[in-house]
Amino acid sequence: MGRWQALFWLGPSLALIAAVVLYPAVALVRASLSRYSFTGVRQGSVGAANYARLLEQEALPTVVANTVLWVAAIVLVTVVLSLGFAQLLTEDFPGRRLVRWALIVPWAASLIMTAKLFAWIYDYYFGILNHVLLSLRLVAAPVDWLGNDATVMAAMIAVGIFVSLPFTTYVVLAGLSAIPGEVYEAAWVDGASAWRTYWSVTLPLVRPALLVAVVLNVIYVFNSFPIVWTLNDRNPGFAHDTMITYMYKIAFKSSLRDVGLAAALGVVNVLVILLAVLFYLRTMSWREAEA
Amino acid sequence: MSVRRSGRRVARRAALSCAGLALALVVLAPYAVMVCTALKPERELRITPPRLTPIEWRLGNVLDVLRDPSFHGWLYGSLVVALTSTAIVVLAATPAAYYTARHRFPGRSAFLLVVLVTQMFSPTALVVGLYRQFFELGLVDTYAALILTNAAFNLAFAIWILRAFFASIPREIEEAAAVDGCGRLRTLVRVVLPLSLPAIVTAVIFAFIAAWNEYIVALTLMADPSRKPLTVGITSYVTAYVQHWNQLFAASVIAIVPVVVLFAMIERHLVGGLTAGSVK
Repeated sequence: MGRWQALFWLGPSLALIAAVVLYPAVALVRASLSRYSFTGVRQGSVGAANYARLLEQEALPTVVANTVLWVAAIVLVTVVLSLGFAQLLTEDFPGRRLVRWALIVPWAASLIMTAKLFAWIYDYYFGILNHVLLSLRLVAAPVDWLGNDATVMAAMIAVGIFVSLPFTTYVVLAGLSAIPGEVYEAAWVDGASAWRTYWSVTLPLVRPALLVAVVLNVIYVFNSFPIVWTLNDRNPGFAHDTMITYMYKIAFKSSLRDVGLAAALGVVNVLVILLAVLFYLRTMSWREAEA
Repeated sequence: MSVRRSGRRVARRAALSCAGLALALVVLAPYAVMVCTALKPERELRITPPRLTPIEWRLGNVLDVLRDPSFHGWLYGSLVVALTSTAIVVLAATPAAYYTARHRFPGRSAFLLVVLVTQMFSPTALVVGLYRQFFELGLVDTYAALILTNAAFNLAFAIWILRAFFASIPREIEEAAAVDGCGRLRTLVRVVLPLSLPAIVTAVIFAFIAAWNEYIVALTLMADPSRKPLTVGITSYVTAYVQHWNQLFAASVIAIVPVVVLFAMIERHLVGGLTAGSVK
């Protein structure tokens, strides 16, 4: 009886998750073990051949290295900056609400629109960035930010940091706000300097929130698609792709259309995320948290 | 002594305000470029050196976009997908959130774990599988596919927000309703839901915005130009062949402004819903 009742209340959610999360996951694994015609018709099983082919792809080492750089650089810089921004927002000063609202804009705006915006700002001829940098004499000649192999990754990472900052700042801010005031009073009574208090009191206490921010950002940034898809779209080949955009190109770019190979990479991507999820569950000691 | 201290406090607050203002400016600067470009006439897009503000402010770009029949199609698509998927999210999340907030039963932890895992998996990683599935079901190029995908992936946030709120409602209120002869479902609908309006509004706004901004599944599944939602549709203002950056950004501003206002309304509840109760 109890079980059926639970099923009644949880049924709609379970059905939705089964149909649109679980089933595609199964379809993905199945596709990774199959061969497909160019038009997308399944032509039978090939075992692990797609995975073997994946390892032989010339672009794979570059793509994996790009992904590691993409995730590590964005998450690291975002978290460090967020610590500062969140600290600022814990203070009470005129205009604080305005700053919080400003931070919301990159968070709420569609990522693809923000990505297009940066494609325009980075534009070699008409982009405002080159004009500003030239006026300030920070560069001697205009830079082709998105067309130059040396700058495109850094340019994309900068946008990744920009859009990750609001969420991260808010999570760290929530962690900072949860620290009771008495702790700071005690540190003050003990004569600790502001810097010392920050290192020995604030940072250890904000660590759980920081860990959550790091793990969630790793997942979000790994999964990120529109920024690289948009800002790297002029460059041929896979020299600046991440594992996500590489998978997408293999699956859906008209010249490749290799469903089996893309699905094999898709399975790898899912496993990477699962690993991060497991780490997240350990970090927040899931069972205690939900009880 | 106290005069000096209050003087230092004023100076400190002024310095903090300046830092805050600087941060706000840096964050908003790219969007200032967006708004200014949206208001430039076509001929001002390609001048060197480029300038931030238009020479001639052309509000007509916004009107042009609003009158564009293609834009109507994309807007319609976005509204249909976002509104319908949001309705499904609330209808599915409410009973699940209520039941898990009020009852311990075998499988509760497992259910919540599954919900959490779906939240971590954006459709991006699964997009090849999603495409296979909808291809085999004949649902490529349909709103139904987008609606279902958005509903499933935005469910988790709604469940966390509603569950936390339901748990904070005193049981006595429901017990009183039960004494008056209300069944469990009636208690939920008549007593609990009216009290939970703030949480429902938060869940609705979040689900709506997430669906409104969804890109990769729409890009993959929607081939018919007239059925694309806004995120995919407006990119056709700038392609290899046409480059109407002013119209692209006019359309972007139209799409972003309402969403920012809605987001600001639920700002305080976002962290709780996105970190599944791990940050208190």
